[in-house]
Amino acid sequence: MSAPTTHRTAEEIGRTGTGPRPLPPLGDTREVPLPDVTTTTLPNGLRVLAAHRSGVPMVEMRLRVPFAAPGDTADPAFTARAELLSSTMLTGTATRDRVGIDDELASVGADLGVAVDPERVLVHGSGLAAGLPVMVGVLADVLTAAAYPDREVVRERERLVERISVARAQPSTVAREALQRKRFGSHPVALEMPTGEAVAAVEAIEVRALHRAGIVPRGSTLVLVGDIDPDAAIAAVTEQLAGWTSSARAHELGAPPMPAPSDLELVHRAGSVQSQLRLSAPAPRRADPRYAAFQLANLVFGGYFSSRWMENIREDKGYTYGAHSGVEFLPGGAVLGVETDVASDVTAAALLETRYELGRMTAVPPTVDEIDAARRYAIGALLISLDSQGGLASTLAALDADGLSVDWLRERPVRLEAVTPEEVAEIALEFFAPSRFTGVIVGDAEVVGPRLRALGGISTGGIA
Amino acid sequence: MTLPNGLRVLLVPDPATPVVGVAVHVDVGFRSEPEGRTGFAHLFEHLMFQGSESLEKLAHFRHVQGSGGIFNGSTHQDYTDYFEVLPGAALERALFLEADRLRAPKLTEENLRNQVDVVKEEIRLNVLNRPYGGFPWILLPPVLYDTFPNAHNGYGDFSELEQASLDDAASFFDTFYAPGNAMVTVHGDFGSAGGVDGVMALVEKHFGDIPARPTPVRPSFGEPVPGSEKRQSVPDAHAPLPALAVGYRVPDPTTDLDGYLGHSLLASVLSEGEAARLQRRLVHADGLVTDVSASNGLMGGPLDARDPDTFTITAVHPGTVDPDRVLGAIDEELDKLAAEGPSTDELARQSARWAAALHHEDDRVMYRMLGLGARELLYGRAEIATELPARIAAVTPEQVRAAAEALRSAGRAVLLVEPAAGEEGDA
Repeated sequence: MSAPTTHRTAEEIGRTGTGPRPLPPLGDTREVPLPDVTTTTLPNGLRVLAAHRSGVPMVEMRLRVPFAAPGDTADPAFTARAELLSSTMLTGTATRDRVGIDDELASVGADLGVAVDPERVLVHGSGLAAGLPVMVGVLADVLTAAAYPDREVVRERERLVERISVARAQPSTVAREALQRKRFGSHPVALEMPTGEAVAAVEAIEVRALHRAGIVPRGSTLVLVGDIDPDAAIAAVTEQLAGWTSSARAHELGAPPMPAPSDLELVHRAGSVQSQLRLSAPAPRRADPRYAAFQLANLVFGGYFSSRWMENIREDKGYTYGAHSGVEFLPGGAVLGVETDVASDVTAAALLETRYELGRMTAVPPTVDEIDAARRYAIGALLISLDSQGGLASTLAALDADGLSVDWLRERPVRLEAVTPEEVAEIALEFFAPSRFTGVIVGDAEVVGPRLRALGGISTGGIA
Repeated sequence: MTLPNGLRVLLVPDPATPVVGVAVHVDVGFRSEPEGRTGFAHLFEHLMFQGSESLEKLAHFRHVQGSGGIFNGSTHQDYTDYFEVLPGAALERALFLEADRLRAPKLTEENLRNQVDVVKEEIRLNVLNRPYGGFPWILLPPVLYDTFPNAHNGYGDFSELEQASLDDAASFFDTFYAPGNAMVTVHGDFGSAGGVDGVMALVEKHFGDIPARPTPVRPSFGEPVPGSEKRQSVPDAHAPLPALAVGYRVPDPTTDLDGYLGHSLLASVLSEGEAARLQRRLVHADGLVTDVSASNGLMGGPLDARDPDTFTITAVHPGTVDPDRVLGAIDEELDKLAAEGPSTDELARQSARWAAALHHEDDRVMYRMLGLGARELLYGRAEIATELPARIAAVTPEQVRAAAEALRSAGRAVLLVEPAAGEEGDA
């Protein structure tokens, strides 16, 4: 056959003899299947959570070590040392070098990585379930005998400086740093990435000392999820990590002050063809009885594609590729983030629509249909996100850090089903009022400034 | 299985999961878009979400998400996919939604203009407003390839996107979205739909009455392998450090799968993990680059396109390092592998890690479904996805050695990204 030489018109394509057809009904959704989670505290103080989830012959690992800066204010030197610790932890021990560590992990199809943020150091990885003893063996060696060899620290320090310069060239990083400063000021939670200068000043001996003082079992949590027997895995881990001890307790980050309402700060990024809008306000924590209602209100506002805000500024106006609102959990609190990137010439228009949709949440509360759609989505998305070992492991680790267990997950569908439109209206009125927000806009101020200032509620900030 | 209208159907039940995925793969990607209409295949993908005979604008998103599901679509070199993953109980609804737009999408001028704006924002976000935007997938092909299908920018030029008309969309749909040019994959929980037979009946019910149309002849996109090095530099106003990409041609996976997989494992041996050759040499021993990566496949993964496809090595390096020193070190490492191949242990570790990575991917219904569907559409063999761990484990040091030798004995493309922070640069 060959390609047609003529084609139907767009109108002909969109019509059939049968006409529009009815949408098939929805069946009942099964419960969200969750495994039992075995939890124990080892003699060295480490909490261990283990759960069996088959499917693929793999195991997921998350070790969370609370790792906050020592004081009440951001400490640039600490952040630089912590960042270098995270990028060199796997570069050698008393008995293995960098390549030796990686070879041993690869032999059982495993990967380990280390990440750091103002709250914690996270050692994360996965591998073939049969290789769990090898993975934990390498982990134990690293925790108890990471050597931070001078040569490796010097080389990683150079690379880190280069990588930081690349990261800071990303508009999303510029916007994130400006937003953290605006929301949390000098609190340690605000400082997520060190300066290149501070990193260049760090010595290997300081990194070693930081590991000894801060990478400790008491207060830390290890999560294992996969094709494993939880009791056997815990027994093995107990033995293999017995040598990891310290009298110190891992250092938890103190609760930051919640951001106060304020003008949006306009941050100048010369030559920018888009602007980053980042608005934020306090939100309820997971443990708050109103959290389920808040979750649904947030979905209706901007938490998923079929939200009021996305349908307005993307599908109606074409101002953006994506617009999203979501919750970030912090020690002792939570914040809502409202984020979109838009072309320079529609920046003011997008802000106007954003404020309009926030206001509409309070003045015209979500309808029964809007709430029902959000509810179905919340339950379905939970089912999908937990349908993998990695998704379950990350969720368990995050909940544990917030003082919650798998039971919180089990209760989710019931809690979501019970939310009433009145509760959503009430929570929307309290949390979505435009007057509660603060935030930043990063863009070419010479292009976007005049129209933004004309809308009001804009202050002029620094230069990116 | 194939329906009478030519639509191929791939059903893969998985009783272990409570979710189900439906994917439609269409045999057209950005290599097939007409000259003067760069970016059209991707723009058209956006239009397919804008309503159909039974569904108003926004209804598709609302019904998928309001059924507890997630959705997306993506445009590749040789295919376009559309998919949803939902609780098992929503399967019939998902089939209905996919069938309605494959039968009768509502293509309107208003939606076209709206989505041109949205796509332009997507390009600003991912390419124009950031460092290393489109590196290397947009920037490298015009250096390595000479013909329009292989060389052009699949995201498209703004001026050509703006010229796209409703008639272009109608012609593109009628030509390429014929049922005989598409495939439906269903994977996951078949329980609430009555097993494989029940699901097949539902597929027939919803897709069966889409009238057959002529299936377009698929042209060959083949072009000669370059005999020498082709080099180009591009400025990047946002990049703080220079970067380079090297592009090579690879064997046709349809006719020489083993040769192709030899190249895939070569990419692993070169750059996967701390022990990989280029990590050890370029990053650590010589300190020439900040990061380096090798990949068999232009879009980042193997077995995602038909011939011709591209093997890439990319690196970001300090401005004090001459790019020719980086290229020289890459050549030396390839020469060593071309002479002696990797050791058996070295290769075994890479195979083990890759097999584990495949398991990891297979743990999500979405990835497993998309992998099965793409391999069936591209190569007519979904089994490739399931056989892959065994075939990877069977690759020998000699195959990897031969792949290194092949890269060294043919021409290549070199792209240099040069920081150009000046009058337009970041403060």
